[in-house]
Amino acid sequence: MSKGTIRTLIMADSQADRVVPPSGFTAQLTLFVSGAMAFLAVFALALSLASGRLADRWASELARAATLRINAPADQVAAQTRAALTILRQTPGVAEARALTREEQAALLAPWFGADLPVDALPVPQLIEIRGGEPGYDAQGLRLRLVAEVPGAVLDDHTRWRAPLVDAAHSLRRLALVSILLIGGATAAMITLAANAALAANAQVIEVLRLVGARDRYIAGAFVRRFTLRALIGAAVGMVLGMAGVMLLPEASDEGGFLTGLGFQGLGWLLPLVIPVLGAVVAFAATWAAARRTLKELT
Amino acid sequence: MSPIGLRRALKLHPPSGKKGDEPAGGRILIELENVGYSYGGGELLGDISVDLSPGSFHFLTGPSGSGKTTLLKLCYGALQASAGQVRGFGQDLRRLDRDQMALFRRRIGVVHQDCRFLDHLPLAENIALPLTVSGHDLSGQQENLGELMAWVGLTKRADALPPELSGGERQRAALARAVIMSPDVVLADEPTGNVDWEMSQRLLQLLIELNRMGKTILIATHDLGLIRAAKSQVQARVLRISNRRLQLAGADL
Repeated sequence: MSKGTIRTLIMADSQADRVVPPSGFTAQLTLFVSGAMAFLAVFALALSLASGRLADRWASELARAATLRINAPADQVAAQTRAALTILRQTPGVAEARALTREEQAALLAPWFGADLPVDALPVPQLIEIRGGEPGYDAQGLRLRLVAEVPGAVLDDHTRWRAPLVDAAHSLRRLALVSILLIGGATAAMITLAANAALAANAQVIEVLRLVGARDRYIAGAFVRRFTLRALIGAAVGMVLGMAGVMLLPEASDEGGFLTGLGFQGLGWLLPLVIPVLGAVVAFAATWAAARRTLKELT
Repeated sequence: MSPIGLRRALKLHPPSGKKGDEPAGGRILIELENVGYSYGGGELLGDISVDLSPGSFHFLTGPSGSGKTTLLKLCYGALQASAGQVRGFGQDLRRLDRDQMALFRRRIGVVHQDCRFLDHLPLAENIALPLTVSGHDLSGQQENLGELMAWVGLTKRADALPPELSGGERQRAALARAVIMSPDVVLADEPTGNVDWEMSQRLLQLLIELNRMGKTILIATHDLGLIRAAKSQVQARVLRISNRRLQLAGADL
């Protein structure tokens, strides 16, 4: 499509737009479809952004945290704990290493064994909480040194269950993006159908216009502008309703876990403004293709 | 409206086709050379040769169904010849793409038998349609459009929708639309088919007036009275389609 053609199709021309009679159901169909699709696209976008944030947060938080477990005979626990803490403090990338107190360990076990658990009477391993710095520490190197110097130490850097969580969040984001693409495709298909119906209904008008010397791009432009404008208006309404729906979602909170904080944050609130523009672009392309095909067939 | 006013109104809208398209010699506007047209396996027209030179006046006659409308459609490219060649302003119409065909049609005014209006537009906008589709700004053309509407006697009907018009009004409006781009050639298909004698004479006078301004006129009609009335005022060539062939009609007309 040349620049001149695009200009002809886009530039408002009230006279040209009047030559095509207003059509009832195709106009309403385009408005409704664009509105509904924009509404869904807002939610898909919100889900995509939220799952992206979630993946980043989980990856970041879990990457920084690790646990060292000292499984040793009761008389060696204290010595191995000290040795492990010394090694950890010497390890580059470890920001903080702290042995959990008896009370803290009892609190961790309380959900399973009750608050009155006599921790001292049980062979409960000593736990050391590790906070990584920026950049992080070399887990493999640390593991090797611990094996050599603290035989009862087992380093758990949460890789085992961190990876599936982060993968799940990334998959969710990919699904949301695919949904946005599908929404765009469905919008294009519906608008193509509506444009085809409008073009077929106006075959006589097109014939008259050709007989008086109208070029195809002039005729196509009248349809393209009309459908693009309808899609833009419909998508804008759908976007506003979708954003209102997102605003009504609960705020992010620790108690709510994953199901809260699905809305937009900060500049993310500006992103849905792109949806009506994309809707209009999709409508423009779909109507242009439909008009070109129909006008060729009507020759 | 005076002929001078009409001349002014028509000359303000030169068609956008390239004048350089005209052949170097002869300046024949529309030329059919051994043209045949077949449809559904049957020949409707065969071996038709005719030239429309500038300022000429032609009648095309023949019985109903003889192919008058088909021949006109071949002249303005609505149908493509099955045999032979149709040239418009020196160009083989078969070789024109859709854009070039649009430009070609801006140089030809056609009065269709059924007038072909856009029913949702007021009459004035229908008459101005060739200007609209060729990108002219109508706001600066109101005076000329008014003069043209006055010429066909439709000033008071400017805001009427086509379905509200009588047969005669529709025919006059179709004529006004056909000439608004000041075309070189006006093709009229049964322009008096749906009107009474008085109105047909009025339409004839409008076409004769256009011819006196140098326009080439081709009228397809089976109304021999109209042809006789015209021959007393203008030098017209009468062509008759008979048995799918074109003949020059005799002096009996």
